[in-house]
Amino acid sequence: MDHISPVLWQFLQKWLTHFALFPPEASTVAPQSDALFFFMVLVSLIGLTIVVLLIVGFSILYSKKRHPQAVQIEGSTLLEATWTIIPLGLFLVMFVWGALLYFRIYTPPANAMNIYVVGKQWMWKAEHPGGQHEINALHVPMGRPVQVTLISQDVFHSFSIPAFRVKREAIPGRYTTVWFEATAVGTYHLFCTQYCGTDHSQMIGDVIVMTPEDYKKWLESSTSGNSLAQDGERLFASLSCSACHNTRPDARGPSLANVYNARLTLSSGQTVTVDDAYLRDAILDPSQHTTQGYAPIMPTYRGQISEEGVIALVEYIKNLDSDYRVQQTLNTTDLLPETEGGSPRRPAGAKAPAAEKEVKP
Amino acid sequence: MSAGTIVSLPDQSTARIPKMNFLTRENGLLSWLLTGDHKRIATLYLISITFFFFIGGALAGLIRLELLTPQTSLMAADTYNKVFTMHGIIMIFFFLVPSVPATLGNFLIPMMIGAKDLALPKVNLLSWYLYIIGGAMGVYVMATGGVDTGWTFTTPLSTHYVNTHVISTALAAFIAGFSSVFTGLNFIVTIHKMRCPGMTWFRLPLFVWANYAASILMVLGTPVLAITLVLIILERTVGIGVFDPAKGGDPLLFQHLFWFYSHPAVYIMILPGMGVISEVVSTFSRKRVFGYTAVAFSSVAIAVFGFFVWAHHMFIMGISNYAALIFSLLTMLVAVPSAIKIFNWTFTLYKGSITFETPMLYAFGFMGLFTIGGLTGVFLGTTGTDIHLTETYFIVAHFHFVMVGGMLMAFLSGMHFWWPKWTGRMYPEKISQFAAVVTFIGFNFTFFPQFILGMLGMPRRYAAYPPEFQALNVFSTAGASILGVGYLLPILYLTWSLKYGAVAGNNPWQATGLEWQTQSPPLTENFLEIPVMDHEAYDYEWLEKQQEKEVASVG
Repeated sequence: MDHISPVLWQFLQKWLTHFALFPPEASTVAPQSDALFFFMVLVSLIGLTIVVLLIVGFSILYSKKRHPQAVQIEGSTLLEATWTIIPLGLFLVMFVWGALLYFRIYTPPANAMNIYVVGKQWMWKAEHPGGQHEINALHVPMGRPVQVTLISQDVFHSFSIPAFRVKREAIPGRYTTVWFEATAVGTYHLFCTQYCGTDHSQMIGDVIVMTPEDYKKWLESSTSGNSLAQDGERLFASLSCSACHNTRPDARGPSLANVYNARLTLSSGQTVTVDDAYLRDAILDPSQHTTQGYAPIMPTYRGQISEEGVIALVEYIKNLDSDYRVQQTLNTTDLLPETEGGSPRRPAGAKAPAAEKEVKP
Repeated sequence: MSAGTIVSLPDQSTARIPKMNFLTRENGLLSWLLTGDHKRIATLYLISITFFFFIGGALAGLIRLELLTPQTSLMAADTYNKVFTMHGIIMIFFFLVPSVPATLGNFLIPMMIGAKDLALPKVNLLSWYLYIIGGAMGVYVMATGGVDTGWTFTTPLSTHYVNTHVISTALAAFIAGFSSVFTGLNFIVTIHKMRCPGMTWFRLPLFVWANYAASILMVLGTPVLAITLVLIILERTVGIGVFDPAKGGDPLLFQHLFWFYSHPAVYIMILPGMGVISEVVSTFSRKRVFGYTAVAFSSVAIAVFGFFVWAHHMFIMGISNYAALIFSLLTMLVAVPSAIKIFNWTFTLYKGSITFETPMLYAFGFMGLFTIGGLTGVFLGTTGTDIHLTETYFIVAHFHFVMVGGMLMAFLSGMHFWWPKWTGRMYPEKISQFAAVVTFIGFNFTFFPQFILGMLGMPRRYAAYPPEFQALNVFSTAGASILGVGYLLPILYLTWSLKYGAVAGNNPWQATGLEWQTQSPPLTENFLEIPVMDHEAYDYEWLEKQQEKEVASVG
């Protein structure tokens, strides 16, 4: 390469490293999504070629020089039916294929591990069930389905991992989910794709896919000491939830053991299945979610708990499979001095900064 | 007449612009500002939308310059956000929506149907004033610090989080919206009530059909936008909380309401352009549009289906999977009429006698670019691929192919086509053909790389981006500078032609529309006497006989 000037060489090298043409395929859905994409590219190219060939061909054959007198033609039902039905058929194929893919991307498998992600201006905050907290980074194991439960604390954000071909809006006030199974170790872009204000373009992070062994090591080295459910338990105690939600005969609130995934009848007569979204709504807007047989006396916790706090509570209630833990919690509450119970955010919040430091670059 | 052109101009040594026409009828500023003449109002619109187009274009230039480098090197992120927001708002509300309907539509619809004016001339003037008030507010907002919500005004960002001129901007769009409602209303009434004797619905030029369909969308869709903008203003000022989850509101409701207008709005923007293409392709291939009824009904079908596809902007927003399914299916159905139109225009060329003047070159550009724009729309209407491609540069490229490659090409095609009718003078042919080719090349350079960027996952509305996206962004910016030249040229030579262009005569293109059977520029009343339509639209044999008769009577 000595005959190429070093400046030019440097320029070429920089140019090539700054010139990506195709994103990496790093999840199980990526090749499926790309297959449909390339099918559509192919159909589009054929369609475009037909249109361009016809236009160019007719322009040459029937230019005024060659064809001075136009022949008037009214139309042709057969031809018009052809170019109505063939595109419609192709579009319908794409519709069905796309719908299958859509349902696959938005229907997490039952064995998926769950990670909560909170979007806020302008960062992504990930909460792992094991108590690992991350900002603008997401560590996931390879070869295992991961479900991400998203919520936004302020405005619309959108959680996008191009290498996985998945994206989901993070919406204020409601949980949305997306799932993926990473297939290649590496670091990939995590973007916010919904315009969210000043630093929208800084709301980017890395998705780090690790081998299961490395992931396990990472989990152990990054834990904040408390699992998410334990944070939730503390919050449950400090907010005095257990004062009503206990198993005493005179309890003013329903028992929460095994409530997750159960079917509840509300005082409005409506039946609901208890999921993350229902739990969140019931905590923040209890008057609309009173279980049948109980008085609507629960106060709202809107404005008192951060989205991370709600997530911890939801995670705690989700894992509550017997009343034993509530009893334990109840006892701890009784023992706790007043001051401890007075600052609801402390248990969840106090742990977070320490762990965040570890993952920040 | 040479073999390569259909232009037939009167003898330039004796030809004069008619002394009495709509431009010379009255003089003075007031005669323009208080006019009821649809042609003068169209001229006012033409001047004002050109002004806004160049503001919007300059903002686009700033966006492309900033994106030359991965870092925010030209302006701060906040400034960039304001620039792309103002670019979107100005281009959509103050250029694209009024572009063809309010200029060409205003100018041509009464003449095409053989009427003296629109049904409600004063309302027509009022729409221009509303447009100007809205536009002035837009400029005021920009001059006093701008707005950074994005043209989509997404809540709760627009209601609770940004601290810029959201209310004035929403009011500006609100007022401009009424201008578009009144224009649409005027067109509908005029087309129903003012057709000349013999002008049945199926003798209407396809341009009128397309504008009729767009008018229905304007009248039914725009009020929803108005309501949505009022709700935003109320939420910002008194905190009514319709969209605020903290008060039991639903931010997704905003998305539904906004896209209920804004999806039909893209058909408001494209349908009149399709009307232009029908006229131009027919005239320059000397043939009736292939399958007239199919093209006419496809406009109406687009207008009807266009109202039922809005949620395809929300596939990733947590709407029910089954709702997504239905909206995707309906989107596929609305893609079909557009495909029909493309093939019908193409087969209009078949066995025609084609010439390649500037309007036809722009029309060819439209057909190619709109095909790409339409097909990539199917990528986004398909639920599965939409997940990866939405909110990236793929969507930016897609709608610029449709809006700029489609509508702007159609607008320029129409402007060149009817320029001789409007001003009485021809534009210079060679340089304008050159401009059409430059625009086409520049356009592809600018926007095609953005499809690849979108596939790579580059999000839209990013002031800074990862370095591997740089090369394609450099291509895009380079293309934008070519495109800029392509848009500056027409301004220069069209202005030049006002004084120095060849005198056009009544019908330089030998076109069949009623507007060509009167003098150029037309009289204020359009016709000496109300014409009688005794032939079908695009009847070139009728035109030949008519000309033979004229020659016979003169000779």
